[in-house]
Amino acid sequence: MTFSNSAELLSFHWVAYTIYSAMIISVIAWFGYNLTRKDAKSVFRLPFYTYMAILVAGGVGHHIFTYNTIPWVSQDITRHSITPDATYKFEMQDHKWVNLPKNLKVQCGQTIEFDARSRDLVYGFGLFRQDGTLVLQMQVNPGTDVNGILDPNDILWTFNHNGVFDLTSTEYSGPAQYDEDGKDLMRVEHFMEVVGCQEGDK
Amino acid sequence: MSIMKNLIHGTNFDHTTLNALQKVTLRAVVMSFLFYGLVAVEGMIMRLVVTGPEVNPLPSMFSHPDHYFSIMTVHPIVGIFGSTYQLVFGAFMFLVPFLTKKPLYSIKLANFVWIMITVGTVLAWLAAFFYQYAPLYTLYWPLPADTAQFSAIGGIVFILGVALIMVGTLGFIYNIYATIFQKVGVHKDKTTKELLISGFGIDGLFNLWHKLTGRPPYTKEPALALPVVAIFRGTVDTFLDAIVILGAGILVLVYLIFDVSGHPLDVSVVDALLYKNYFWWGLDLVADGLVLIYVAGSWYLLATLITGQKLFMENVARAALMLELLVSWMVWSHHLLADQGQPEMMKLISGEMVTAFELLTQGLALFITLVTLWKARPLKMTMELKYLLGGLVGFGLAIPAAIIQADMGMNRVLHNTQWIIMAHVHIALIVGLYMTLYSAVYVLWPIVTNNTKMFSSKMSNIHFWMYLIGGIGMGAFGGMAGLDGMLRRHLYVDGEFNTLMILAAISGTMILVAWFIFLLNIILSVGLKGLIGIFLPAQDPTASYGIEPETIAENHKV
Repeated sequence: MTFSNSAELLSFHWVAYTIYSAMIISVIAWFGYNLTRKDAKSVFRLPFYTYMAILVAGGVGHHIFTYNTIPWVSQDITRHSITPDATYKFEMQDHKWVNLPKNLKVQCGQTIEFDARSRDLVYGFGLFRQDGTLVLQMQVNPGTDVNGILDPNDILWTFNHNGVFDLTSTEYSGPAQYDEDGKDLMRVEHFMEVVGCQEGDK
Repeated sequence: MSIMKNLIHGTNFDHTTLNALQKVTLRAVVMSFLFYGLVAVEGMIMRLVVTGPEVNPLPSMFSHPDHYFSIMTVHPIVGIFGSTYQLVFGAFMFLVPFLTKKPLYSIKLANFVWIMITVGTVLAWLAAFFYQYAPLYTLYWPLPADTAQFSAIGGIVFILGVALIMVGTLGFIYNIYATIFQKVGVHKDKTTKELLISGFGIDGLFNLWHKLTGRPPYTKEPALALPVVAIFRGTVDTFLDAIVILGAGILVLVYLIFDVSGHPLDVSVVDALLYKNYFWWGLDLVADGLVLIYVAGSWYLLATLITGQKLFMENVARAALMLELLVSWMVWSHHLLADQGQPEMMKLISGEMVTAFELLTQGLALFITLVTLWKARPLKMTMELKYLLGGLVGFGLAIPAAIIQADMGMNRVLHNTQWIIMAHVHIALIVGLYMTLYSAVYVLWPIVTNNTKMFSSKMSNIHFWMYLIGGIGMGAFGGMAGLDGMLRRHLYVDGEFNTLMILAAISGTMILVAWFIFLLNIILSVGLKGLIGIFLPAQDPTASYGIEPETIAENHKV
C-alpha cells in the first residue's frame, strides 16, 4: 500500500480518525453508564501490559506505517543526495514573491526542487489544488550563512498526477499579506501545472 | 421574584464566613471565568468572519486583517493565561494546603498572583485592541519587532502585559514550593531531601524497584500525596516556560525600545530558526509539559476523591510523572517538522520518537483513572463524575490527533492547518482540560464556598451537554476543514470553507451559551452581593482548610 499523493492520504486519514473518534467516545460513554450499575461486569479484561503494548505499537507503528506508505518521507530525508529534474529558486520579501517562475509546467513523474529564501520574515511555501486541499508545504525562515548568503528552504517533490496548483504563503507574516478587504496578496493562482499523467490529482 | 432574590443574595452563600484561603481561591476563579467569556466571544468573532460574506452577520471591520489578527493574537493570551492559568493556579494554591494539611505559605502572594495575571492579560488585550499589535502568540522572529507593520508602543504594552503574567506565574511557583517545603504539621519531621524525592516521584520509582527485587517498599507512606507530586512536577515546567517567555519578551522589548528611541537594531542578528527552537522549547512546556502533568494529577485527585479509594497502581503513576517531565523537555521539534533547516535527526528523535511517548504517559494516566473508577462502582453519576469522563474523552480524542501530526509524512499536509488547532488544541483545551477543571470546580465547590447550594442542577446538566457537544463539534468541523486545506493563521473572507465553518460556528455558539448558563448558575448561587463580597477582605485570616479530603467520597456512594 502506497499513497500516491496527499489527497489519498488525507481521505484515508479522515476515515481512520473518524472511526477512532466514534470508538473512543462510545467506549467512555459505555464505561460511564456501567459505572452506575451495581451488577455491571467486565465485558473483556484488558491486562495492563497488553494495553501498554497497544500504545507502544500505536506510537511506533504509526511512524513505520507512514514511512513505508508515504513516498515523500524518505525522499525528504535523503533529498540532498537526489538530483532533481528541475530546480526553481525564488525569494520572498515585503510579502511578495521575487523571481518566481511563471507558467510553470511540469511533466508527469518529474522530481522538482523548490528552493525558497526569505529576505525579511518567516513565510511559508504551500501548493494547493483547485478544490483548496493542500499538496505540500514548508516553512520559509529568513537567515544567512557566514558569507551573508540567504539560507535555503528546500523541498523535493515528485508529481504523479495531473493538476493545476495555486501557491500562497502558509505561514502568517503579518496583516500586510492581505489587502484592506482581506484578499491574500501572496496568492498566485495557477502557479504550476502538471501534465502527461494518466490520472488527475483528485 | 425568586430569581431576583437569588440574583442579589444567592442561595445560602455567605462570604463573611469564608477564610482568606477560600476568598483568594474564589477571586482567581471569578476572574478566570470572566476571561473565559471574553475568549469565547473572541473565538466566535473569528469563527463568524470565516463563514463568508453571505453568512457572517458581523460588521466588515472584523474582517479587516489588522483587526482579525489582533483578535487572533490575544485570543490565546486571554484563554491560556487569563483564564486557564488563573483557574489552575487558584485551584492549586487551595489544593496544596488542603492535601498537605498545611497553611498556604502566603495569602498576600496568592492575591499578588491573580492581580498580576489579570492586569497583565488586560494590558496585552489593550495592546491588541488599541494598537492592533498582532504578531500572534508564536512571536516568530522578527515579526514581533517588525515596526513597519506594528506600532512599537503597542508592542511594548503587549510585552509588558505578558511579562506581568509571567511575574505572577513566578509568584505562584514560589508560593507552591514554599508551602510544600514548610516544615510544619505532618511534615514537621520531614527533611528537604525527603520532600524533594517525593516531589519528583522518585519514591514511586524506588518502590517499584524494591518490589521487582523482592525487598520491602522504600516507603509505605510517601511524604507527598500523588496530586501534590503532579503539581510539584508540573510546576517545574511552569517555571522553565515562564523563564523562556520572559527571555523572548526581553529580546523583543529591547528591539522595540531601540526602535522608539530612533536607533533601530538589526533584526537579522537573531537567527529565526534558532529562535524558533528556543521559543518552542519553552512554549511547548505549556502544552506538552504542565498541561499534561497537571491534568494527569487532577484526574488522579478527582478519581480518588470521587471513589474514596487509593489510586490503582499508585507507584507506577508516581514514576510516570517523573518520566513525563523528561519527555516534556525533549518533544519541541514536532513543531518544526516543516522547517527544512531543522536537522533531520532532531525531527526524527525529538519530533517523532520522544513525542510518541506522550501516547504512553497520557494513555497510562487514562488507564489508571478508569480502573480506579471501575473498581469503586457503583458510583452516583454526579456532575463532577460526568465532567471527569468528559475530560477523559477530550484527551482521548486530542492526544492521538497530535501524535498523528507529529510525523514527517503527515506534517507535510497538516502543519499549520485547522487540523492541529481545532482537532488537537481546541479539543484538548475546551473538552479535555476544561471538563477536568469543571469537575474540580464541582468537587471543590462545597469546600471552597462552605456548602453553598448550587442554584440549579438542570442548568448544570444543560451546561455539561451543550459544552461537550459544542466542544467536540467545533473541534471536529474545524479539523475537517484542516483536512480540506484550511490554514490556521490565515484570513478567509470569501466563505471558502463555508459549510464546515457554519457548523463550527454553530458548535462554538453552543460553547458560548453553555458558558453563559454556567456563569448564571454560579451568580444565582452566590448572588451579586456575594460576588462582590468575595473581593472584600476576609475576616478570618486562616490560610488553610480543615475538611479531610476523604469525606468528599461520601457524596458519591450510591
